[in-house]
Amino acid sequence: MIAIELAYWQEAILKLLLGFAIVLPPAGITVYLYLFKMVSFMQSRLGPMEAGPYGSLQLVAEIGKWAQKEDIFPTKADRFVYAAAPFVVLISTFLLVLVVPFGPDLAIIGGENGVDTGIFFALAVSSISVIGILMAGWASASKYSLLGGLRAAGQLIAYELPLVLAVVGVVIQAGTLSMQGIVSAQYEGEIFGFGGFGNPYFLTQFVGFMIFLISVQAELAQAPFDMPVAESELVTGYMTEYSGMRFLLFFIGEFATANVFAFIAATLFLGGWAVPPFLVDMIPGLEIDSWAFNLIGPAVMIVKMLLLTFVVYWVRFTFPRFREDQLQRFAWKVLIPISLVNIAVTGLLKVVF
Amino acid sequence: MIVALLAQGTPLTETGLWIANTFFYLIAFVAVGAALKMVTTSNVVHAALYLLVVLSAVAATYVILGAEFAAVTQVLVYLGAVMVLLLFGVMLTRAKIGAEDDLDHEQRWIGGLVAVGMLAVMGYSLLEAYGSTQLPADMQPQRVGPISDEIFSTYIVPFEALSVLLLAALIGAVVVARRD
Repeated sequence: MIAIELAYWQEAILKLLLGFAIVLPPAGITVYLYLFKMVSFMQSRLGPMEAGPYGSLQLVAEIGKWAQKEDIFPTKADRFVYAAAPFVVLISTFLLVLVVPFGPDLAIIGGENGVDTGIFFALAVSSISVIGILMAGWASASKYSLLGGLRAAGQLIAYELPLVLAVVGVVIQAGTLSMQGIVSAQYEGEIFGFGGFGNPYFLTQFVGFMIFLISVQAELAQAPFDMPVAESELVTGYMTEYSGMRFLLFFIGEFATANVFAFIAATLFLGGWAVPPFLVDMIPGLEIDSWAFNLIGPAVMIVKMLLLTFVVYWVRFTFPRFREDQLQRFAWKVLIPISLVNIAVTGLLKVVF
Repeated sequence: MIVALLAQGTPLTETGLWIANTFFYLIAFVAVGAALKMVTTSNVVHAALYLLVVLSAVAATYVILGAEFAAVTQVLVYLGAVMVLLLFGVMLTRAKIGAEDDLDHEQRWIGGLVAVGMLAVMGYSLLEAYGSTQLPADMQPQRVGPISDEIFSTYIVPFEALSVLLLAALIGAVVVARRD
């Protein structure tokens, strides 16, 4: 047990740095592993090979490239809104990661005395990124950008609903909104009286898990839901006019948000930072709330996040794009009714058992 | 907002109180400034974005008061839904970049008079009712559990009535929007 007393401001700065540490390095890892390498192997090519062994320093080279580029402002653009838009998108990502627990004591503001709205807070701040996208689309003074921004807004509003409704099932089953509470509810859960695996909610909430993954795919505007940035129709949608560092910020926002949503999905459905109870029982002296889990927890979360982001990129590179009306119909006529039925059934079973 | 949220973990000490007060005045300054800019700006989208700042500042004041659930609901409903729809609508219909001349009109003085009158009435009644009340020294952040218990026991009838009202509004909107 480490007992360090920190002043309020020291703790605040430490937590801000921790936020950067959780958001940026995993984003780099997934971009290299999946976006650069995995897709290359799926398409029978090598991908980046020159920068570092197996091209592992390609990302550094990319960042150097983007940093050198000129920060172009279109002549008719609304300069302030145009400049601010990428930061609004990133703010939503950084607020999102605050509530995710990575160990018994490792949650930036989701701890014992912290925010206990937990997952509700995460869902609320995730919708802020839409505002940044609309700002970017409008301020660019370009028809492609405006259309991309409007498409993105329509899509994100439509898929926000099934996302929230899919989470409600988990919240009903766990009986709490707190992310830490959802983790321990899954750890202490039992499947037909057998507690060796706990009760990870992707078993009981399988429908919710599927709806959550589909909605996340749409929220991130990844293929097959990539109409807002459809390159064959809209150049790159709301990002068309951006270049240099501001484009890089959008890029980081997109992939970091993918990771953060994977962290959230891992917490809600795969048991979070905890490992199955039988593994904990095998090592004498180890308890689920012992301090060692502040070190094991982040590693477990990274593994679960990599599993889930693998699915995101796998789907991204194998499915063709939806049409705009198909996308809206799928959200409103398929996903939302199913998730409403899921909530009703979960509530009913919760009362019966 | 982040720093204010972080402050929730510790009980309100002398420093904590000082931080809360500083942040309250900062946020209030931002809110009032953005509200003034919102009515004086000459661009519709800018006005909507200033309104966004005002609503976020209101959410931040809720956080300082320890009303976490209200703050998060404010963000989800007003920032995530209402403002996005408003921006969406404005951008679909009239979204010129740069200043517009026809945003101002003759009734602005009457409008200003009404606003000042509203401020006077509401300020007076608030001061009259709560002017001398002080926040308890050991004020704790409001937890979600007690709120939901209240809603689903004491206030269950108004809650259900509200949800029926919203459902009626939803159906009404669908009926109005349908062409056939």
